[in-house]
Amino acid sequence: MKPLLATLTLLVLLMAGCQPTQNSGAAPPKSHIENKGSDTMVNLALAWAETYQASHSEVEIAVTGGGSGTGLAALINNTVDIANASRAIKPEEIAEAEAQGLNPIEFIVARDAIAVVVHPDNPVRELTFQQLSDIYSGKINNWKEVGGEDRPVVRLSREINSGTHVYFLETVIRQGDSENKTFFSSDTLLLPSSEGIISEVRLNPNAIGYDGLGYVPDDLKIIAVSKEPGGPFVLPSVKTVLDDTYPIARDLYMYTPGEPTGAVRNYLDWILSAEAQAIVAEQGFVPITPTESSP
Amino acid sequence: METTVGWREYIITRVIRVSGYSAVVFVLLIFLFLLRSGLPALREVRLSELLTTRWYPIEGYYGILPLLTGSLIVTVGATLIAVPFGVGTAIFISEISPRSVREVLKPLVELLGGLPSVVLGFLGILIIAPYIRILLQLNTGLAAFTGALLLAAIAIPTVVSVSEDALDSVPRSYREGAWALGATRWQTIWRVTLPAARSGVLTAVLLGVGRAIGETMAVMMVTGNAPVMATHLGSLFSPARTMTATIAAEMGEVATGSTHYHVLFFVGIVLFLISLLVNLTASAVVFRRRKREERVLS
Repeated sequence: MKPLLATLTLLVLLMAGCQPTQNSGAAPPKSHIENKGSDTMVNLALAWAETYQASHSEVEIAVTGGGSGTGLAALINNTVDIANASRAIKPEEIAEAEAQGLNPIEFIVARDAIAVVVHPDNPVRELTFQQLSDIYSGKINNWKEVGGEDRPVVRLSREINSGTHVYFLETVIRQGDSENKTFFSSDTLLLPSSEGIISEVRLNPNAIGYDGLGYVPDDLKIIAVSKEPGGPFVLPSVKTVLDDTYPIARDLYMYTPGEPTGAVRNYLDWILSAEAQAIVAEQGFVPITPTESSP
Repeated sequence: METTVGWREYIITRVIRVSGYSAVVFVLLIFLFLLRSGLPALREVRLSELLTTRWYPIEGYYGILPLLTGSLIVTVGATLIAVPFGVGTAIFISEISPRSVREVLKPLVELLGGLPSVVLGFLGILIIAPYIRILLQLNTGLAAFTGALLLAAIAIPTVVSVSEDALDSVPRSYREGAWALGATRWQTIWRVTLPAARSGVLTAVLLGVGRAIGETMAVMMVTGNAPVMATHLGSLFSPARTMTATIAAEMGEVATGSTHYHVLFFVGIVLFLISLLVNLTASAVVFRRRKREERVLS
C-alpha cells in the first residue's frame, strides 16, 4: 500500500509541476512540422530546424532520417509534412501519391557534391568515370591497375534505399546511360550509414567509398574525378559544383504532399532565404541562389 | 460464501486459460500475416527466379540464395565459436569453480546476455573489425567472421545458462560413483557428467543457434551486407548479407504491396520456418529427455 501511495503522491506532484508551464503566457498553439527522409540531408535539415526554431518559438520541427526512399514512402502515406530526398521523385512514386489523393510539390533546397574517398595513405589521386565504373562493377580488383599499390580493392557503398546509392549507380557506374545495365559488383559492401563508410575508409587502406561532401572529414583523401578519359580532373568544392565542372553533383530536394500552407510554407520560404542558405555552406553543401528555385 | 469462491475460481481459471491460448493464437496470427504478405511473392516472381544468386531488388533481381547462405554461414560460424566457449564456461561454473566464484560468474555471464546488440555492433565496427582485418590479413574486417564473433558473444550467455542448469541437475551420486571408482575429475566431467546432461546441453546449443539466426542489428553493422553467395567455409572470411539485415535495411524503403515488399515478407517466412525448425528440434530433444527420465524414475 505504501509504495502505491508514494507513487500516487509523486504523480500528483509531477502533474502539479506541469500545470503552471502549460498555462503560463497564453502562448499561441504550436504548429508541428514532421520532416523525414534522406540521410545525406539529415544534418542539414537539423541545422535548419534548430536555427528556425530559435527565432520562431511557435513552430516545432521534428527531423528524422531513414533514406530518401523512406521519406518519399512516408510522403505517399501522408505521414510527413516535408520529405527530404537526395534524388528526384520517381514517376511511379508520383503516381502512387496521386492514387492517395496527394499532389507532391518539389523544392530544390541545396546542391551536393558526392566525393569519392580513399585512405590517406593510398597514392591514387585521380580517377575517371570509366575507372570508377570498372572498380565498382568488379572489373578492376587491384589498386595497381589504376596506378596505386598492389592491394585488393574493397568497394564500399551506401545501402540500396539511399538516394546517394541510386545517384552514384546512374551517374558514375552507368555513366548517365539508361541503356547501360552495369551493376555494383555483388561483393560491394553495403553499409547502412555514412558513418560506417567513413570509419571503414579511415581504417582500411584497401577501401574506396563515396559519400556526400558534407560528411567527409579532413582526414580522408578525396579523389579528383574526370568525366572524360584524360581529364580535366576536378576536386569537389562549392566553387566546382557551382560552375558545373565537378561531375558528380546533384540537387537536394524537399517535397510537400500538396501546395504548402501556413507554417510549412513559411519554413520553406525561409529555407530558400539567404540566411538559411548560409547554413547550407556551413554544413558542407552547396547553396543555391534564392531566385533560382523559388516556385 | 461458497458461491463467491466458486466464481473467483471460475474467473481465474478462465483468465489463465485465455492467456495460455493467446500465446498460441498470436503465433498463428503472426504466421498467417506472414503468409498473406509473403505468398503473393510466389505469384509475382517465379520460384526459379527466387532461387538465383543476384539480390538487387531495386531493379527486379530477387535471388534470395545469397541471403540464405549468408545467414547460414554467419550462424554456423557463431555456433562453432559459441559452443566450445559456452559449454566450457558452463562446465567450469558448475563443476570446477568454488561456490563463491560461481555465485559471481553466473550472474555476470547472464548480464552479458542483457547487453544491447547495437552496443556490441559499435564495438564490432570500431574495434573488432579493424583488428580482425590486420590479424587475419583480410581485405576488410567487415566480414561474416566478425558477425559470427558478435553473434557468439550474444549466444554464449544462453548456452552457458541453459547448459549450466543441465549440468547442475545431474545427481551428485553420479559424480561420487565415478570418484569412488578412481576416475579423475576430468574423466568424471567428460565421461559421466557431460553425457548425463547431454540432452540439456544440446537444447542449450539449439537455443543459442536460434538466438543467433534471428539477431539483426549487430550483424547488419559488421558483416558488410554484400549479397555474395557463401559456397564453402572459407566464405566466413568474406562479407555476407543475412536475411535479417536485409529485411531491416530494406523494409523501411519499400512501398506497401509492391513485389519487393512481398519478397521481403517471403524472406521473413523462410526465416520463420528455419527458427521454427531449430526450436522444434530443441523441444523434441527436451521431450525425449523427459521421457527417459520418467523411465528411469519408474
